Amino acid sequence: MTVPLTLLGLLARGQPTHGYDLKRDYDSHFANGKPLPYGQVYSTLGRLARDGKVVGGDAEPGDGPDRKRYAITDLGRSEVMGWLAQTVEPEPHLQTVLFSKVVLALMLGEDAAGYLDAQRAAHLRRMRELTELKRTGQTVDALLADYGLFHLEADLRWIELTSARLTALAQVVSDDQK
Amino acid sequence: MSEFILEARDVHRAFGQTQALRGASIAVRRGEILSIMGPSGSGKSTLLHCLAGIYTPNQGEVWFDGARVDKLGETKRTELRRDAFGFVFQFGQLVPELTALDNVALPLLLAKQPRRQAYAQAAPWLERLGLEEHGDHRSGELSGGQAQRVALARALVHKPRVLFADEPTGALDTLTGEAVMDLLVTAAREEGTTVVLVTHDARVAAYADREVIVRDGRAITTPSSAVA
Repeated sequence: MTVPLTLLGLLARGQPTHGYDLKRDYDSHFANGKPLPYGQVYSTLGRLARDGKVVGGDAEPGDGPDRKRYAITDLGRSEVMGWLAQTVEPEPHLQTVLFSKVVLALMLGEDAAGYLDAQRAAHLRRMRELTELKRTGQTVDALLADYGLFHLEADLRWIELTSARLTALAQVVSDDQK
Repeated sequence: MSEFILEARDVHRAFGQTQALRGASIAVRRGEILSIMGPSGSGKSTLLHCLAGIYTPNQGEVWFDGARVDKLGETKRTELRRDAFGFVFQFGQLVPELTALDNVALPLLLAKQPRRQAYAQAAPWLERLGLEEHGDHRSGELSGGQAQRVALARALVHKPRVLFADEPTGALDTLTGEAVMDLLVTAAREEGTTVVLVTHDARVAAYADREVIVRDGRAITTPSSAVA
């Protein structure tokens, strides 16, 4: 789900980009030890082109599976900006999506701190619901609510730490793009 | 009558060269439970102290029930804290020489209430918070959770308009802390008391109706926590 949006986000930096370069940037920022297969890069770009979210230029001479440069369309840009602005449904094990959104927001000069604040609020809203369930429900409800609360709390601690490290993270992202 | 019982407007407060608050503004609705969150050193406790009239701001305004708190003199602020506010802190609130019941009755005695009446009003609070068997225990004979429940009873016994709680479960284990928070929220709702709760703990903040984040001395109201 996040691969197409992340590739769109990388294209939203501005310059038309080869699939090869997109894969390299994806692997260096988002792969977390699991590089994106070339086949997935090109099939994803093909679907994004079919849906009018990117356009591919003419093929350039040379070796390799695809020598086209891809550029994001207004529709694609609108989609990725909408995705960045949306908070993620608070549930356990969100870190990869949260991480991708923060790094992409920094790459695109968007308001990463604002995103983290909104996500914190979404998490706390869900934690309030679970706390109320715990206060008013049976013991089994309380145990289930506790499970969710501890996982959401772990996400929140990551959000707090990332907020505190945002300046340093922005510097790393900026250096990598040079 | 304003829907807000308590407001900080562009409050600045420094301690020597350290600027703790840099234009913090928040508004607390009547009867709501508001948590103030933020990392250590963000200014959240200073904001609570300014709202409660313990500190006076260097700049900005603090309003309680339509009147300026920051313009009051020390005596008037002391009376306000004694009569209209209750306080629960993390540590060391009970007078060690007194029993649990004495501690709960203390705010009433300080407000010159007759002794018999003060104790008659204090005793049900011990029962309400599950401490009826500990009324004659001194604070050294109480567990951390029991001591904090006594502190809560003492903070609420005079029916304050606003309860200020600064990391009220910070020294307690998870289960004991949850029991204290449960009692605090239940009692505040039953009494219609407004609560301003400072915490760095999201699980504690989740007991509140909404949260305000303090960062670098400023209050940040997130979209979901905005005052409607």
